[in-house]
Amino acid sequence: MAPASHPHPPAEPPASKGAATPESAFIAPGHTFGSITDKISAIVLTRRTPVGWLLGFAIAFGLVMLFLMAVTWLLLKGTGIWGVNIPVGWGFAIINFVWWIGIGHAGTLISAILLLLHQHWRTSINRFAEAMTLFAVACAGLFPILHTGRPWLAYWLLPYPNSMGLWPQFRSPLIWDVFAVTTYATVSALFWFVGLVPDLATLRDRARSRVGRTIYGVLALGWRGSARHWARYESAYLLLAGLATPLVLSVHTVVSFDFAISVLPGWHTTIFPPYFVAGAIYSGFAMVLTLAIPIRAAYGLQDFITQRHLDNMAKVMLATGLIVAYGYAMEAFIAWYSGSFYERFMYWNRVTGPYWPVFWALIATNIVIPQLLWLKKVRLNVPVLFGIALVINTGMWLERFVIVVTSLHRDFLPSSWGMYYPTMWDWFTYVGTIGLFVAMLFLFIRFLPMISIFEMRTLLPESKVKDSAHA
Amino acid sequence: MAHEDPHAPRLYGLVAEFDSPDALVAAGRRAVQEGYRDLDAYTPFPIEALHEAMGFDRTRVPLVVLIGAITGAVAGYGLQYWASTIAYPLNVGGRPLHSWPAFIVPTFETTVLFAALAAVFGMLALNRLPQPYHPIFNTPRFALASRDRFFLAIEARDPKFDLVATRRFLESFTPREVTEVEE
Repeated sequence: MAPASHPHPPAEPPASKGAATPESAFIAPGHTFGSITDKISAIVLTRRTPVGWLLGFAIAFGLVMLFLMAVTWLLLKGTGIWGVNIPVGWGFAIINFVWWIGIGHAGTLISAILLLLHQHWRTSINRFAEAMTLFAVACAGLFPILHTGRPWLAYWLLPYPNSMGLWPQFRSPLIWDVFAVTTYATVSALFWFVGLVPDLATLRDRARSRVGRTIYGVLALGWRGSARHWARYESAYLLLAGLATPLVLSVHTVVSFDFAISVLPGWHTTIFPPYFVAGAIYSGFAMVLTLAIPIRAAYGLQDFITQRHLDNMAKVMLATGLIVAYGYAMEAFIAWYSGSFYERFMYWNRVTGPYWPVFWALIATNIVIPQLLWLKKVRLNVPVLFGIALVINTGMWLERFVIVVTSLHRDFLPSSWGMYYPTMWDWFTYVGTIGLFVAMLFLFIRFLPMISIFEMRTLLPESKVKDSAHA
Repeated sequence: MAHEDPHAPRLYGLVAEFDSPDALVAAGRRAVQEGYRDLDAYTPFPIEALHEAMGFDRTRVPLVVLIGAITGAVAGYGLQYWASTIAYPLNVGGRPLHSWPAFIVPTFETTVLFAALAAVFGMLALNRLPQPYHPIFNTPRFALASRDRFFLAIEARDPKFDLVATRRFLESFTPREVTEVEE
């Protein structure tokens, strides 16, 4: 189905505000190739930088400074400034790593999987969802690198000929993770840049300042919209989507292997790969909504990111949320059904032990509250939807806290039990990466087209060639 | 011409400017049927019907990607095999050194990585990009090719190119304008 080909009621006035957009449309009526181009490129080229942008960027930049301070102190003192200790050796660093990398997954899902499935509504959200992926993966990657204790030697994880005569242990899921995450980061960056090239050419051709023309011109690589080029471009883009699709599924699978390959009750579970992937998409869509809702309001993009987009994303969250709920249920069931004393203890401890408030907050935020999305009224109420997206973001973070901490803190022998409490440095580092993420996103919105201009043109009915020669 | 000025700008070709993709596809198809070979169309977005009409839809990009994928698979698996059994064999409880199931995950990742790099850099190389200068940019209003105009260029080096006849041919599709573009 290609719903994009018929959402245009004939003859509506071109001056349509968001309110006039019919619920079913992916793009408001009355737009032309030119108006789409002008509207999206104007955000970068001609419109004044909104005060809100400056304010938001200032706050985010402040948090980046906080992050740098936390990292500096970490480099001076070592990981002892964090709350991690035996038995909980994986604290915030791994929780935040998994949380960030999961968020990234929605970007690839939107740009690659929905492309292959001919879901044309993805067009207006794929560009910034891909940017979100890139920035989320960057934030994710920082945590394991900092967690190595000597981040300046993190390149030891990579296979390269060295004077020590050592090679990585390829049987370790942690090395698999290095391969998965670096590949994911590289492919996401390539996919994003290739998608940007034709739009960079548009900016080059429309920029008024010499500096703008030069910078966008260099980045556009001399793109001239040649039909021969477009044919190869489309082929490469489709193949990249085909490659990114199994890749994105593999990344969170490999992340779940970090846990599932171990022999720890609470981690050693076959349900982990699918339930991690579903959770990743769940949290990723929540983050896309968290970003899309304020951005479309701030820049008046209701013509392009319509109610129907929000509705569809809410439905994806509902569906993946149910898969996650099934994962939780299976964890509980297998803990009981396995008959393993340690599995049962671990689960009971998770539900009623010292971290019980975190577990029940997780159930509330990740399973109970999102059920509101069954109601169409809720999905179409933008502020409520925004609130639910924030709740899910929190819930998915709590999920990783529960998995990491409650599985570790009560070891097989009661003599090796302990509690994990994050320190202020843990919090500074975490909040700092949120600042880094937001700061990069603000720069992206200001300097690059946040909606794919050339793909939006293809949504117009005029782009469909009425071909007579094929008769 | 006995004394051609070597510095005089040479003709690159004739460029017709259209308002709609329909007109461009019709003109492009006809031009190929007429026997023009050194020609190209310039559009603000990919038009599949145009690629088919002008015979541009057969690309070598998939082959390049396949070669990249095979290279990545062989390199990834080979590296792990060599490192784990030859360069740095580690006896872990007597388990086999060539523990192939554990090598599948990194092999998959290197396969995807090399294929993706091949797709992007292969596409750019086949397109001869980056290319800072191209004569087509001398066309008036060519900046609109990245906005809402559609251009068809027939190059002067085409054996069938004839300034008068080709211009008449292009004008038969009622473009906004046909211009002579210099190199």
